[in-house]
Amino acid sequence: MIEVRNINKSFHGTQVLYDVSFKFETGKTNLIIGQSGSGKSVLTKCIVGLLEPEQGEILFDNRNVVSLNRKEKKEIRKEIGMLFQGSALFDSLTVEENVMFPLKMFSKMSKEEMRERANFCLKRVDIINKNNLYPAETSGGMQKRIAIARAIAMKPKYLFCDEPNSGLDPVTSMMIDELIKEITIEDNMTTIVITHDMNSVLEIGDNIMFLNRGHNHWVGDKNSILRTENKAVNDFVYVSKFLKQFKNKL
Amino acid sequence: MTLFYHIGKYFILMFSMFTRPEKWSVYWDRTMDEIIQLGIKSLGIVIIMSFFMGSVLVIQTATAIDSPLLPRYTVGFTLKQSMILEFAPTIISLILAGKIGSNIASELGTMRTREQIDALDIMGVNSAGYLIAPKIIGAMFFFPVIITFSMFFGFVGGGFIASTTNLVSLEDFLFGIRSFSTDNFFMFTYAIEKSLVFAFIITSISSYFGYYAQGGSLEVGKASTNAVVYSSIFILFANVLITQLVLI
Repeated sequence: MIEVRNINKSFHGTQVLYDVSFKFETGKTNLIIGQSGSGKSVLTKCIVGLLEPEQGEILFDNRNVVSLNRKEKKEIRKEIGMLFQGSALFDSLTVEENVMFPLKMFSKMSKEEMRERANFCLKRVDIINKNNLYPAETSGGMQKRIAIARAIAMKPKYLFCDEPNSGLDPVTSMMIDELIKEITIEDNMTTIVITHDMNSVLEIGDNIMFLNRGHNHWVGDKNSILRTENKAVNDFVYVSKFLKQFKNKL
Repeated sequence: MTLFYHIGKYFILMFSMFTRPEKWSVYWDRTMDEIIQLGIKSLGIVIIMSFFMGSVLVIQTATAIDSPLLPRYTVGFTLKQSMILEFAPTIISLILAGKIGSNIASELGTMRTREQIDALDIMGVNSAGYLIAPKIIGAMFFFPVIITFSMFFGFVGGGFIASTTNLVSLEDFLFGIRSFSTDNFFMFTYAIEKSLVFAFIITSISSYFGYYAQGGSLEVGKASTNAVVYSSIFILFANVLITQLVLI
């Protein structure tokens, strides 16, 4: 489980996060949703350690990363897998080498064992016979799946997904969502997904935090989000006229 | 203030490289790759430029010397001095600042804007150490080789002119190359020292601009231009400094 307590973060005097607290549960897909500029990415960067919060605690299974030294933080990072918005695959490496990369850096596996694990992960995300291609030779949806394979190669305890559906068609988006959900349950990971996508929210939102202008404004799940009376959440969820009519019928 | 900010940030980046590598074998492979990318793949252009520069220097020197008091072997001697002291280490380094510098800055800049450097950091890899250290070590290892090739092919270019024209005889030219040879080793080591410093300047400054590039393709382009401009300026500055320290 990852718990954030009273996180505050500002940039050049502009406060971005105000006292944000939340518990991201293990074995569930935890969603951070909110409008652009609400502080979702900043919060995630604070959790994974790319940014330091000014105040507050970030507990990875009761280990407060804010107070850990560099070496201890590095150890925790080995337990993290991350799927970036743009996949962030290394252009100069082939698909297989990308997935093998974290194993090569941190495991004591032989080359054969690494290759076996990489193939297992690629098969898990339904990428077959693409090992020798370079990322540029694959589609956007494939790149996301390869990035998921790389993220799970080290059997992480925590999986972060930054807008996994951005730039994908609805069918591929759904496939990626289902994959994230299945992997989370199978490996009993703590998964945090940042998204704007309402399909994702309704499909995989086991535990949802709605950020609004840097505040933790609402907490719930995929069932309660449709029926909440919270105005800011409703403004976010029911954007189109069609959805507003749908809301009135609920 | 901005200047001090950049200097401070540059030194922080340089120091952050020197942590224990996650795996020595991976860093070794990376360094070998960089030797190929930055060094061996630059040999072609260096050989071509040095050959033609040597040829031109011989033609210009031979046509400029019209005094009968000056021996003809002066042509070979002038070429030797120019190639070893300035052309091979400095001019070739300036050319490589353009080729290698823009290559490094755009590579790292693209990695930064596409979040690949963030991906390394989140995995727990020291991104500066993994990406920059092999470039610096690779370039510092191979620059002396490049510079030596440049000197040799400069002489070959000069020799080609001497043997195919009647500006100077090949015997006079070779005598000039061999003359006053007691200083040759000192001049050679001075050139190698300069090439080591220039290799560090090119790779570290270009890496700095690429590593901290922010935004999109426009910013990566700017980082690439800055890398070449600042590398060139610092090479010229270091050239004056080293020359003052070593030769005076």
